[in-house]
Amino acid sequence: MADPMRIRAQVAGDKATVRVLMSHEMETGQRKDAAGATIAAWHIQEVSAQHNGKTVMTAQWGPAVSKNPFMQFNVKGAKVGDKVTISWVDNKGDKRTDEAVVS
Amino acid sequence: MSRQNEARPRRAILLASAMLVCLAAGAQTKSPADGIAEYRKMLEDGNPADLFEAKGEALWKQRRGPKSASLEACDLGKGPGNVKGAWAEMPRYFADTARVQDLESRLLTCMETLQGLSAAEIAKTPFGRGEQSNVTALATWIAAESRGMRFNVPQGHAEERRFYELGKRAFFFRGGPMDFSCATCHSEEGKRIRLQDLPLLTKNPGDGIGFAAWPAYRVSNGEMWSMQLRLNDCFRQQRFPYPGFASEATIALGSYMGVNAKGALSIAPGLKR
Repeated sequence: MADPMRIRAQVAGDKATVRVLMSHEMETGQRKDAAGATIAAWHIQEVSAQHNGKTVMTAQWGPAVSKNPFMQFNVKGAKVGDKVTISWVDNKGDKRTDEAVVS
Repeated sequence: MSRQNEARPRRAILLASAMLVCLAAGAQTKSPADGIAEYRKMLEDGNPADLFEAKGEALWKQRRGPKSASLEACDLGKGPGNVKGAWAEMPRYFADTARVQDLESRLLTCMETLQGLSAAEIAKTPFGRGEQSNVTALATWIAAESRGMRFNVPQGHAEERRFYELGKRAFFFRGGPMDFSCATCHSEEGKRIRLQDLPLLTKNPGDGIGFAAWPAYRVSNGEMWSMQLRLNDCFRQQRFPYPGFASEATIALGSYMGVNAKGALSIAPGLKR
C-alpha cells in the first residue's frame, strides 16, 4: 500500500490552487543495481483529479517524472468547502486516492 | 561648429560606458548562490520532506515491534512523549542510558526498550532500508516539531561538556588519503564545493544554515537525509572509513555543531539541491 499524498487546496480569487505531493519511487527502468541487473520501471501512469466528484483533470505520466512528484494546478470556480480528490495508478497496478477540502 | 562635432562622440562614449557599468552591476546582483536560493524557493512550496514528516508522525503513534508498543512514552529530554522543542536541545545527556545521545541514537534506545526492536540490528542496516528508513522518518517529524525554535543544546552535565570537546577534536582531526578534516571545509567564511556554499561550523553560521538546516530532503537523489546520514556522507567525502550509525564520534560532532549553533533558528526539514 502506497503512502498517503499531501494535498492542499486554497481559494485564490475565482479559482482554487491545488498542490499535491505524491510519495512514489518513480523508478525509470534505466538504472542498474549494484549487481548490474536492471531495476524494473515503476512509476505512476495515470493521474486524475476530481472536483466534487466531477473529473477536472487527467494526466498520463511516464518515467521522466521525478521521485516523490509535486503537482500544482488550478480549478476554476472552486469554493471553500468543496472536495478535491486526487487518484493515481502506477504501472504495477498499485493505486492511491486521497481527498482534501478546499480552504 | 567643429567644437560641437567633437563633443558628440565623447558623450556617446560616456553613455556607452555608463551602460556597461549598469550591465556589469546587473550581472553581479544575481550570483550563482542567488540562483540556487531562487530554485529552493520554488521547491519550498512542495518540499517532499512533508511526506516523511507525515510518515514519521504516524510511526510515532503506531503500535509496532515484538512488544507492540508505540513510541509515545519515549523521553527525548523533555519528558516522556514530549516532542516539541526536543530537537533544538539535542544531543543531551540521558540519565537512564548514562550517556550523551543525539536524536537518532535516542530513537534507537526507545525502539529497543519500548518496542523490543534490536538497536544493534537497526544500526547495522544501511540508510534508507527497513527500520533505518523509519528512524529517518521519525527524526524528520520530531525535528519538524521544533521548526522555528532556536538551538539551545545543553552543556550543564560534565558528559555533555566532554562530548563537546570530543566533537571539537573530531572536527579538527586530519586524516585519510587527502589529509582532510571537517575544518578543512567548514572553518572559514565563504567556502564552497562547486556551487554549494559551505557553512562555517566553528560558530553560529546563522538561522537555518548548517546544523539548523537538517534533516533535509535532497532533490538530486530524492532522499531524506538525517543528521547521521549527513555526517556519514561528510566522512565519505573526506575518504575516511564510515562511522558507525549513532556512534560516539557522530554524536560528539553533533554536540560540537549544536552547541556552536546556539541561538540559530531551526528550519528543519530543509531542502537541498
